[in-house]
Amino acid sequence: MGLQAIFFYLFAFVAVASAFMVISAKNPVHSVLFLILVFFNAAGLFLLTGAEFLAMILLVVYIGAVAVLFLFVVMMLDIDFAELRSGVLQYAPVGVLIGLIVAAELIVVIGGSVLTPQASQAITMPIPNPAQRTNTAALGDVLYTNYVYFFQIAGMVLLVAMIGAIVLTLRHRQHIKRQDISRQVARTPATAVDVVKVKSGQGL
Amino acid sequence: MDTFFSTYAWPAIVMIGQSLLLLVCLLVFIAYILLADRKIWAAVQLRRGPNVVGPFGLFQSFADLLKFVFKEPIIPAGANKGVFLLAPLVSVTLALATWAVIPFNTNWVIANINVGLLYVFAISSLEVYGIIMSGWASNSKYAFLGALRSAAQMVSYEVSIGFVIVTVLLCVGSLNLSDIVYAQSTGLGTMLGMPSSFLDWHFIPLFPMFIVFFISGLAETNRPPFDLPEAESELVAGYMVEYSSAPYMMLMLGEYAAILLICSLTTILFLGGWLPPVDFWLINWVPGIIWFILKVGLIFFGYAMVKAFVPRYRYDQLMRLGWKVFLPLSLVMVIITAFVLKLTGWA
Repeated sequence: MGLQAIFFYLFAFVAVASAFMVISAKNPVHSVLFLILVFFNAAGLFLLTGAEFLAMILLVVYIGAVAVLFLFVVMMLDIDFAELRSGVLQYAPVGVLIGLIVAAELIVVIGGSVLTPQASQAITMPIPNPAQRTNTAALGDVLYTNYVYFFQIAGMVLLVAMIGAIVLTLRHRQHIKRQDISRQVARTPATAVDVVKVKSGQGL
Repeated sequence: MDTFFSTYAWPAIVMIGQSLLLLVCLLVFIAYILLADRKIWAAVQLRRGPNVVGPFGLFQSFADLLKFVFKEPIIPAGANKGVFLLAPLVSVTLALATWAVIPFNTNWVIANINVGLLYVFAISSLEVYGIIMSGWASNSKYAFLGALRSAAQMVSYEVSIGFVIVTVLLCVGSLNLSDIVYAQSTGLGTMLGMPSSFLDWHFIPLFPMFIVFFISGLAETNRPPFDLPEAESELVAGYMVEYSSAPYMMLMLGEYAAILLICSLTTILFLGGWLPPVDFWLINWVPGIIWFILKVGLIFFGYAMVKAFVPRYRYDQLMRLGWKVFLPLSLVMVIITAFVLKLTGWA
C-alpha cells in the first residue's frame, strides 16, 4: 500500500495546489493551464482507485477537448487583467457558499459510509471484481442494458444542444466564392475552354 | 529491508531500465526515420539528400543533434518565458509517454494495461497542447496563427480517428493493444480454411477504415499535405517560428515521435502488429520485433512518399475532408461493422 499512498498524496497535493493557482494566477491563460494540471491529477486519482476507464475518458473529454476550447476562448479574448482582478472580493461570498455546500455533501456521503459500512454492500448493481470483468466492460454492461433509454436521451439532449449552437451562429454570407467540387469535376475541355482563331494584325 | 527491496526497489529498477532501453532505441530509431524521410524526399525530387556526414549520410541526424544542442537558445523579449520553455517539454514528454503501452512483440510492452488504446488516444489528443502553448507563448502572429490552425485540425481529425478505433474495437472486443494483435491471428483467411496469414489482418475487412486512419494520421501529426500549422510558404514555420536550438529540437523530436507512434498504431490496429505475414517455418523463425519494425517502416514510407508528392491542402478543403467526408464515412462504417458482427455472430 505504501507506493499507492505516496502517489495518492502526490496527485492530491498537486491537484489542490494547482486548483489554488487556478484562482490566484494573474494571467488567465496560466489559470487554464493550471486547470489542465488539476484534471490530469484527478485522472491520476481515478487510476489509483482502479477506475481506469473514467481516468482515460477524463483525459480525452476534459483535457483533450473541453480545456482546448477553454484555452482558445481565453487566448482570443482581449482581457484587461487589472479590471478582471478588481471585482474578485465581490464574488467571494458566493464562492464560499458553493464551497460550503460541496463540503457538506462530501461529509454526508463519507460520514454515511463510515457510520453504516454495510450500506455499500446493499447497492443494486455491485461493482464486479476488476480481475474478472474489466472496468470498460462493466460500465457497458450497466449503461447499455438498464440505462439504455437514459443514455439515448442524454445523447439526444447533446445533439439538440449542438444543433442549437450551430443554428444560432450560422450566417450564410452571399457574396463569397464557394468551392463546388462536383461542378469542378464535371468540367470538360469542351465546356471550359473556348478556342478562338485570331487573325494576325486584327485581334478579337 | 529485504521485502522492501523485493516489492518496491527491484520492480522499480526493472521498470526504469525497460523504459530507458525503450527510450534509447526509440530515439535512435527516430534519428534514422528522420534521415529516411529526408532521403526519400530527396530521391523523389532526384536529389541526393544528406550524404556528407558518415557513410551515405548515416550520421546526419546525430550531427544535427549536436548542432542544435550547442546553439544559443533565443527567447523573444515579448514571449511568456515559462510557457515558452514548457511547450517543447510538454510536446516531447507526451509523445514519448505514449510508447509505454505499445507492444512490440509477445509480452514486449512496459505497461500492458486494459485501456491501452484509450490511453494512446487520450495522450495523442493532448499533443495539441504543445502546439497551442508554443504558439501563444511566442507572442508572434505567425506562431499564433499556426497554433489556431493546428488546434482546429487536430480536434477535427480526432473525431474520425475515434470512430476508426471504435470499428476495430467492435471486431476485437478489447481495448488492450496486445489483445488487438492476437485477435488478428484469426480472421478472414482462417475462415476460408487457410493457416493464419496476412489475410487475417484487419486491413482487408476494414479497408476503408485503414485508409481513413492513414489520412487522419497524417492530419493528426501535422504531416504534409496537412502541414498547415507550419506551412512554410505562408506562416514561415508556424508555431515553431520563434524557437531555436534545443527547444526547437524538442518540438521536432515530439513531432517525429508522434508520427512514429501513429505508424505503430496503424501496424497494431490493421497490420497485425508483430505477427508474421505467412505461416512458414523460415518466416516464423524471424523474431516478431523485426516484423513490427518492417511494418512500421512500410507505413512510414507511405507517409514520406505522401510528403514528397502531394501538394498542401487549403484550409477549407482540410475541414471539408474531415467533417463532411471522413466523419460520415466512419460513422456509417461503425454501424455497418456492428450490424455485420451482430448478424453473423462473429463478435
